[in-house]
Amino acid sequence: MTSISLYLLTGIVLFVLGAVYLAIHPKLMGKIMAVNIAGSGVFLVFIAAANRVSNEMPDPVPHAMVLTGIVVAVSATAVALAFVSKIATNNESDRSADNGQQH
Amino acid sequence: METSSYLYIVIILLPLVAAILAFLWQRFAVFIGITSATVIAVLVATWIGQDLQITNAYYYLGGWHLPLGIALYADGFTATMLVMTALVGLGISIYASAYFKNKNDHSTTGLFWPIWLIMWSALNALFLSADIFNIYVTLELVSLSAVALVALAQNSEANKAALRYLLVGLFGSLCYLLGVGLLYSEYAVLEFSLLSDVITLSPVTLSALALMSAGLIMKAALFPMHFWLPPAHGSAPAPVSAVLSALVVKAAVYLLFRLWFNVFESIVTDYSAQLIGALGAAAVLWGSVQALRAERFKLLVAYSTVAQIGYFFLAIPLVQGAGTAVVAVSGAMYLMLSHALAKAAMFASAGTILHVAGHDRIKDLAGINQCYPVTVFTIAIAGVSLVGLPPSGGFMGKWLLLQAAFTSGQWWWVVILLLGSLLAAGYIFRVIAHAFTHLDELPPAQALDWRMQWPALIIAVLAMILGLLAYPLAELMGVSEVLSNTHRPAVMP
Repeated sequence: MTSISLYLLTGIVLFVLGAVYLAIHPKLMGKIMAVNIAGSGVFLVFIAAANRVSNEMPDPVPHAMVLTGIVVAVSATAVALAFVSKIATNNESDRSADNGQQH
Repeated sequence: METSSYLYIVIILLPLVAAILAFLWQRFAVFIGITSATVIAVLVATWIGQDLQITNAYYYLGGWHLPLGIALYADGFTATMLVMTALVGLGISIYASAYFKNKNDHSTTGLFWPIWLIMWSALNALFLSADIFNIYVTLELVSLSAVALVALAQNSEANKAALRYLLVGLFGSLCYLLGVGLLYSEYAVLEFSLLSDVITLSPVTLSALALMSAGLIMKAALFPMHFWLPPAHGSAPAPVSAVLSALVVKAAVYLLFRLWFNVFESIVTDYSAQLIGALGAAAVLWGSVQALRAERFKLLVAYSTVAQIGYFFLAIPLVQGAGTAVVAVSGAMYLMLSHALAKAAMFASAGTILHVAGHDRIKDLAGINQCYPVTVFTIAIAGVSLVGLPPSGGFMGKWLLLQAAFTSGQWWWVVILLLGSLLAAGYIFRVIAHAFTHLDELPPAQALDWRMQWPALIIAVLAMILGLLAYPLAELMGVSEVLSNTHRPAVMP
């Protein structure tokens, strides 16, 4: 029981850490990492929840839900990274356009 | 019942299949999009027409009963949301077919239709789901497609707004998901009515309620989590802004109402309800003041969405009053429906003005009415509904909320409702006044495709006449059935 509480607690701590980091970190990459950390925390809570029936037989439903959650998180992260690279390219081209005007 | 049960599946799968086809054959994307939008609208109309008050019916995916299977469920609230989505979806699809043609940008048009159809499929699935985890998946589908649609504007401002929207949406979903995890660890069921049967007041349940509400408040852009909405809705292409403001925000509001009225109704306290109401009131005031100060028309419409979202949340404290639940929820559903129609028309008109004038600065709108009277008329009609003047749907909604506020003795919400209407009248008349300013020398008027003007006008007129359709709408919404919570799914032994 104590080990399960430990997993639950770790999950919640990770979630809170991610949330705080998301709010205060200025860089976009950092924010994406923060969301992923918070996500891992949530998944850990789900995995710990599988223990609710008995210690020998874990409940398979939370595990199935975590799998779905991971798929969603991976695709959302991919979309976010695509945006970051696009914004970076835009900034670069803006900068080179500015330089072009100066010279 | 037999015919409607496969309709559950069809209205989710049809837009999904159409999205794949539109992606594969981009040359026919517009045709596929318009055809499937029409078919969905006809299907929803026949479904509603068959039995106006949708029998509170479950459909079990693959024939698996609960708690193992995943159930779809439809009641009056679902039906209202499906009708809202179909009306706005069809109107905006027709508008978009002309809007993106003007843009003359093949890649943007090619991508709009698949993503928009995926979003439509996800919205229908969200409204029909009765399973809190399944809803998480549909919420993410809606968010991801909404973010991709914002980015179709293809400029760095829109990209930044889209990424911020994505991060807020993702974190909101995670809060919601953590709530789902806590609920499952406590009760081991995921279906609305099964949960509501077993839910008891405990720290875990309260944390789940707080987390899920916080996540949905972020997604619904309720004050003070509204900061991402104006840039995202203001910089997206006009048809996208229209569906985001009209439909995507409503999905989160719908879900929050479901949780507060059908799942947690036995444990919500008056204090927490008053807190949500206070946030709604702050949203009404803050959004309206920002709309009054906005210099660009699209940004004004986006801030008006922030304000209108506030009204929906006033229903939550008003439901707590003795005997006012049905009136308050009817009022909120009326407002959701009329706001969706009016706001879609408003954004579509803003897009038309941006297209013909090349800008949407409010103080330079003079003479617009002489060249494009249909569009300005649309703005005026939609504005009447947003302000809440009779006989519009907005008037009916506010009237019902006022009635609930008086009956339950919560007079402070009356002040907010009236002040909000006054401010809305202020920002709408500011636009109208500039648009009606008479110019002696006009810039040459451009020929406009009928699809850039008339679908928006029809949607705005629908919002206007909602107030006259009170009886059929009351049948459709079936609010007392929605709140009664008496329908139970079949559970496997």
